[in-house]
Amino acid sequence: MHPNDTPSIIKIENVSKFFGDFQALNKVSIEVKKGERVVVCGPSGSGKSTMIRCINQLESHESGSIIVNGITLDGSRTALDSIRANVGMVFQQFNLFPHLSVLDNLTLGPMRTRNLSASDAHKRAMHYLELVQIPEQAEKYPRQLSGGQQQRVAIARSLCMEPSIMLFDEPTSALDPEMINEVLEVMTSLAESGMTMICVTHEMGFARRVADKMVFMDHGEIVETGTPEKFFSAPDSKRCQEFLQKILHH
Amino acid sequence: MKKIIMLIALVLLVSGCSSEWGWYVVDPSTPKGLSNLRFLISGLEETVLLSFTAIFISVTIGLLIALPGLSSNIYLRSFNRVYVEFIRAIPILVLILWVYYGMPQISGLSISVFWAGVFALALSDSAFEAEIFRAGIQSIDKGQYEAAHSISLSYTDTMRFVILPQAIKRILPALGNQLIYMLKMSSLVSVIGMQELTRKANELVVTEYRPLEIYTILVLEYLVLILLVSAAVRWLERRMNSNGID
Repeated sequence: MHPNDTPSIIKIENVSKFFGDFQALNKVSIEVKKGERVVVCGPSGSGKSTMIRCINQLESHESGSIIVNGITLDGSRTALDSIRANVGMVFQQFNLFPHLSVLDNLTLGPMRTRNLSASDAHKRAMHYLELVQIPEQAEKYPRQLSGGQQQRVAIARSLCMEPSIMLFDEPTSALDPEMINEVLEVMTSLAESGMTMICVTHEMGFARRVADKMVFMDHGEIVETGTPEKFFSAPDSKRCQEFLQKILHH
Repeated sequence: MKKIIMLIALVLLVSGCSSEWGWYVVDPSTPKGLSNLRFLISGLEETVLLSFTAIFISVTIGLLIALPGLSSNIYLRSFNRVYVEFIRAIPILVLILWVYYGMPQISGLSISVFWAGVFALALSDSAFEAEIFRAGIQSIDKGQYEAAHSISLSYTDTMRFVILPQAIKRILPALGNQLIYMLKMSSLVSVIGMQELTRKANELVVTEYRPLEIYTILVLEYLVLILLVSAAVRWLERRMNSNGID
């Protein structure tokens, strides 16, 4: 099924957001279809992270509308619970729970919010640890793992909730260069499995391989969207051209 | 342990060269001295029971007071501030007197010496516990809340499984301090007649007229008790640090 034939799973319309006087988002509109892989890039402070954080309501938006899975995010408790249950998120700093073993990091969510029994949660956790290729680290604590391994655990933790959408907020930015690929490989295989993904990243090789849609943001606005072919070969806006020049030839 | 032995040795040394000391009053080799010594130590159970009950209650109240202090709701935060400022401004001794002699008049209920002591100590200490918890919880990175949020955990579950286990590990030394403080402050409950260590010593001084020796024993009793508690807290800290971070 081509993404164009399916309905939008995320619909953001005219969303604005301020941090005090600073306007982080300025009338941002974007639609994401089921199974679509979107890569968002742009200079720091351009509002990329804020936009995806609005999707699972880690940040609330001041105006405009966000509809996820047919539910309008109006700040109500029920809308919030429904969104959080369906949207997984991977953070730049991993944010694993340091006092829990890898296995306990993975089973906490399913056991507390999906009412899974300990043995079912354990089975599910091991399944996703195998998917991210570190089942042998199950009994360890996060601090005993490398950054790349920690980020893969964080991805597995999100997947254990079986979300329909995955958000990635610069998942490789805090990693040593030699560990970036192991995380990108996991993300690529996830993309191939048909997961709806929005990734904020500067890994342009990854973007070329997996993205259905590229989004370029600057100063809180979406400046340009397009297919990777168009985006990398002939971007329309000057700002986008300059940005790509900088990150592709460093 | 070394410290205790050195201190006892020092006290005995000093007593040996001075005619002012009269250790016969607590000399365990004489029947009178032995019974006096037993009498002094018999307050230990009350002191320990009083302090531990009070610390347990004050930690619980402290946590319940700290949580609204972290809320984004201004009324909940104000409640926390008012409670902490108000309770912190009352001297413990005054609170003990008020609870034991004053409160029965408005409540119509008489309260035992033990529970009056527990209540006054716990209430007084709870304001400090609340501040300790608040600082501990605030020291946890906000990424932990975001991760908990992203896997759908409720506020209660986030606190119970993610934030508090990490916060408590960080505030354990401060909680240990409060427990030691509580053991010392329990001596004030002697003024309303609680039969704990200090009260026993006071009673023996009145009959034996040897305040120097008896209060020295009292000092040593608190010293030994607190060194033991302090060692136990350190052991707990080491145990909790054997896994996870910090």
